[in-house]
Amino acid sequence: MNTQLLLIQVFNGLVNGAFYALLSLGLAVIFGMLRIVNFMHGALYMLGAFTAFALGQAFGLGFWPSLIIAPLVVALIGMALERGLLSRLYGLEPSYNLLLTFGLTLLTQDLVKQVMLSQYAVSSAPYTPPPALSGVVNLGFVVFPKYRLFVIGLSLLICLVTWFVIEKTRVGAIIRASTENPMVTRAFGIDVSKWVTGVFGVGVGLAGLAGVLAAPIYSVEPYMGAELIITTFAVVVIGGMGSILGSVVTGFAVGVLAAIGAALYPPIANTLVFILMALVLLVRPSGLFGLPEGAR
Amino acid sequence: MSTPAPLAAPVPVPGRPLLEVRDLNAYYGQSHVLHGVNLHVNPGEVVSLIGRNGAGKTTTLKSIMGVLRSRTGQILLDGQDLTRLSSNRVAARGLAWVPEERAILSTLTVRENLELPPARPGGWSLERAYQAFPVLRERGHHPGSKLSGGEQQMLAIVRVLRTHPRLLLLDEPSEGLAPVIVQAIGDMLQELRGEGLSVILVEQNLKFAARLADRHYVLVDGEVVDEVARHEVEDRRADLLRYLSV
Repeated sequence: MNTQLLLIQVFNGLVNGAFYALLSLGLAVIFGMLRIVNFMHGALYMLGAFTAFALGQAFGLGFWPSLIIAPLVVALIGMALERGLLSRLYGLEPSYNLLLTFGLTLLTQDLVKQVMLSQYAVSSAPYTPPPALSGVVNLGFVVFPKYRLFVIGLSLLICLVTWFVIEKTRVGAIIRASTENPMVTRAFGIDVSKWVTGVFGVGVGLAGLAGVLAAPIYSVEPYMGAELIITTFAVVVIGGMGSILGSVVTGFAVGVLAAIGAALYPPIANTLVFILMALVLLVRPSGLFGLPEGAR
Repeated sequence: MSTPAPLAAPVPVPGRPLLEVRDLNAYYGQSHVLHGVNLHVNPGEVVSLIGRNGAGKTTTLKSIMGVLRSRTGQILLDGQDLTRLSSNRVAARGLAWVPEERAILSTLTVRENLELPPARPGGWSLERAYQAFPVLRERGHHPGSKLSGGEQQMLAIVRVLRTHPRLLLLDEPSEGLAPVIVQAIGDMLQELRGEGLSVILVEQNLKFAARLADRHYVLVDGEVVDEVARHEVEDRRADLLRYLSV
């Protein structure tokens, strides 16, 4: 394989990695504070893309306003679901929550499918990137679509900002404290439940944002989140549950590795991530960046 | 949903205790741990709860703070019932709790730990905390878990003083600490008491408790079995030691 092809694969891998990173970051933030695996994450990613599409159809809103509004809509829906449904299952077996979020996934997918068919008579719709981001950039050694570079850059920026807020600010200190010892944090006079709802909103808002970013690349369809979320769960397992840094680094790394692997030996494309996951589980069951159970 | 009583400025009623606990029963799952505890704390008073391990001292503090929810009875602050409030609301009413395990957050720096509880007017500033325990300034950027046991205890106490509590619930502050540290913590509590802070002190160290407390409640098997005032401690030392001995 020549160098140029390899570089293109690295860039494609980074684009996939940008989505893995945003999604697994959201999952990590949610898991850290709520101790739940949000199975609905892929559906909310799709809902982000669909909201952007619907905002365009209904109000003529373009990519840029949708990039802000759609994640907010997803965050609000997520917060309502957390308050109304998820919060009733805290303290119960994790499998209840898994069933609930799985059920909500099916509902969301079918609902979006119905709306797309009945309102717009399509089962899948393309979404145009803004003019400013169409075309290609000549990086000298390789030519690459401008929009995809934007996706990589924005994802990195969002991950960095999220990391900074959680590790370096007072808001982050409250989130870390509530994650580590909710009982004591509450006894300090901090309304932990409100923070849990907020963090869930931010986590699923990140999924919504990833969805809007994905729309111009993969087009909008009700099941776009289903496959991606499986890979993202593998990324989360590889990186270690709940680790912010781990989920971001692993997201990008897995994206690149999978793309290179697929170029070198195409049949492995779909399984490479899961082979990696199996290997990591054998050697470090708590993930590359995760702490062993009990050391948290 | 319980409706919290309005956060009106507390009106001190002459002769009324700051905190009154009536017929408190508490449960961990199936086991009934407190059997009708009655006690009160007057404004500015330091009261100790003494007793053996498992007597219900920690459970009493957790029940008052609202951290342990399965309980019955009344917990009145200025005559207003706290029983139905979640612990963050109890804290907002002016109660502060320093748990036995100190609960220094290891994912936060020392300074973040210090600044975590919401500050309220009259509460300790960062500067005052640093003056009281300069080591907290020196270690400000270290993770909370890197402090020694004594330093953790100091941090745990001054951390909640930010909230300007009216009543401090202190669970075994002297436990496992070197005598010099115990002395320093005792000095600080004396100073706070001089400023009028009311305290419920859970202790197994009679010497430490006797130095600070105006009154002692003795807990045995989840019941208050005896009450000893400061001036009676000398005469009744033998009794008290018997209550504490294993």
